[in-house]
Amino acid sequence: MADLRVSVAGVEFKNPVIPASGCFGYGREYEQFYPLSKLGGISVKGTTRYERMGNPGPRVAETPSGMLNSVGLQNGGVEKFLSYELPNLKTKGTRIIANIAGSSVEESGELAAMLNGSGVDMIELNISCPNVRQGGAAFGTDCVIAGQVTKAVRDATDIPLMVKLSPNVTSITDIAKSVEANGADAVSLINTLLGMRIDIKTRRPILKNNVGGLSGPAVFPVAVRMVWQVANAVKIPVVGMGGIASAEDAVEMMMAGASAIQVGAAIFSDPFTPVKIVDGLEKWCDENGVECLSDIIGTVQPW
Amino acid sequence: MYMQGKYPIIAKKAIAKGMYDFTVLCPEVVKEAQAGQFVQIAAEGFFLRRPISICDIDKDKGTLRLVFEVRGKGTDKISELNIGSNIDMIAPLGKGFKFLEGKKAICIGGGIGTPPMLGIAKLYGKNAKAISGFRNAGIAILQEDFKAAGCETILCTDDGSAGMKGFVTDALKAEIAKEKPDIIYACGPMVMLKGVASIAQENGIECQVSLEQRMACGVGACLVCVCRTVKDGKEIFSHVCKDGPVFDSEEVAFDG
Repeated sequence: MADLRVSVAGVEFKNPVIPASGCFGYGREYEQFYPLSKLGGISVKGTTRYERMGNPGPRVAETPSGMLNSVGLQNGGVEKFLSYELPNLKTKGTRIIANIAGSSVEESGELAAMLNGSGVDMIELNISCPNVRQGGAAFGTDCVIAGQVTKAVRDATDIPLMVKLSPNVTSITDIAKSVEANGADAVSLINTLLGMRIDIKTRRPILKNNVGGLSGPAVFPVAVRMVWQVANAVKIPVVGMGGIASAEDAVEMMMAGASAIQVGAAIFSDPFTPVKIVDGLEKWCDENGVECLSDIIGTVQPW
Repeated sequence: MYMQGKYPIIAKKAIAKGMYDFTVLCPEVVKEAQAGQFVQIAAEGFFLRRPISICDIDKDKGTLRLVFEVRGKGTDKISELNIGSNIDMIAPLGKGFKFLEGKKAICIGGGIGTPPMLGIAKLYGKNAKAISGFRNAGIAILQEDFKAAGCETILCTDDGSAGMKGFVTDALKAEIAKEKPDIIYACGPMVMLKGVASIAQENGIECQVSLEQRMACGVGACLVCVCRTVKDGKEIFSHVCKDGPVFDSEEVAFDG
């Protein structure tokens, strides 16, 4: 049986499969389908300093091989996360990645400080949400601000810090280098790609927010390309996500340079996708004579 | 408890233009299913599942009845499934209707909002009146099923081609004037639900409504299927898939 363990920024995961933030809540719903201990970790719903209502509906539109969403970081706030969600999650036998999103540089630091001593295994700093007016992608599309937010969080905590990057930029490698230089221990990518659908009968956008983030298999090749570029541009580990729906996709993403992978929208098509990927990775390793899955990270041989 | 599985279709009927009636054998789902809940069905070649309300539950036979309308390419694909083929379903989902044992109910369905009314009306049997509204006689579905369940049926059509000409809200007022029910259930267009809820409130009758919204996960994780509700005097975004689809009408902010 192959060794599926991977390590990201000093944190060991029993396998590289992590449900992505915003696609898995805090695990309560999917725990009804399978034990969360099967997963390498969970990246929790994006958590803000205070409770957020999110955007008006409709918040979802189907697209070819994917979907747009404009949830807008609806969540109960960090205090509810610490008092209600985290104590439950800690009993599940999986790594906990706290995904946080501040509305300002200062607030991002404040959020991170509130997680000190909480027992979360890692912070994923979201500087790439396309659906909020303050923070979000406004942080993640500017090298200087991305660096400042990263530094504010880095100064506030010793918890391993991963920064989640936006693909809606001219050069994702420049943003990655900036957050690396400002103390990030890892980067995760890609967040959703900004998109739009229009109802041609009403001539109105389907999303009430007009625009939203595209995810699902449609974005997979873009994600692979960006992970490959970033993995070649920085020294810190990369966690790859964007359209992964099968073990083969996960292998491809790891060969592109991802040390671990996150699974998002595919969970909506099939709630069992993450555990099927774990099982499929084991099988793939056995069939291909791979003893340690981590040996395949970044092994693509470009022409 | 959520379940996902592939379950055989054991009966299929086209009951009106673009409306299909599937019977699915799924004993483990049926064991937990309640009137008012829904299922999420995979449509081959489409990324997201389609939420379909549960029309009827046969606890003895272990079957669910799903009556749905072809609204787009996804539901069209589902309608192509045939007897003997499997339907990929996540179920049972959401909160169902509250059942008041021994009380009297009025169940109001507007168009394709009618199917979820059958399951709850059946629990009341002769203590339920089923008011159904359709655009015309050609799509006036399920009337015989309500009668078979012992319910009195009141049919309304927009054009008067079957039953009375007019809206379900007119019929509701007339029925309340005759005899006040203990509870009203409704599913249909938002404007109809708003009208029903306000009549219920004026008459001091408890009312539950079933809402719909574009959905993704169906289980309460992705938070896309929002509706506006009021909690402690404050408007909030609830989620149709987990907090609903059934809500007490007083909770719903219809003008949101």
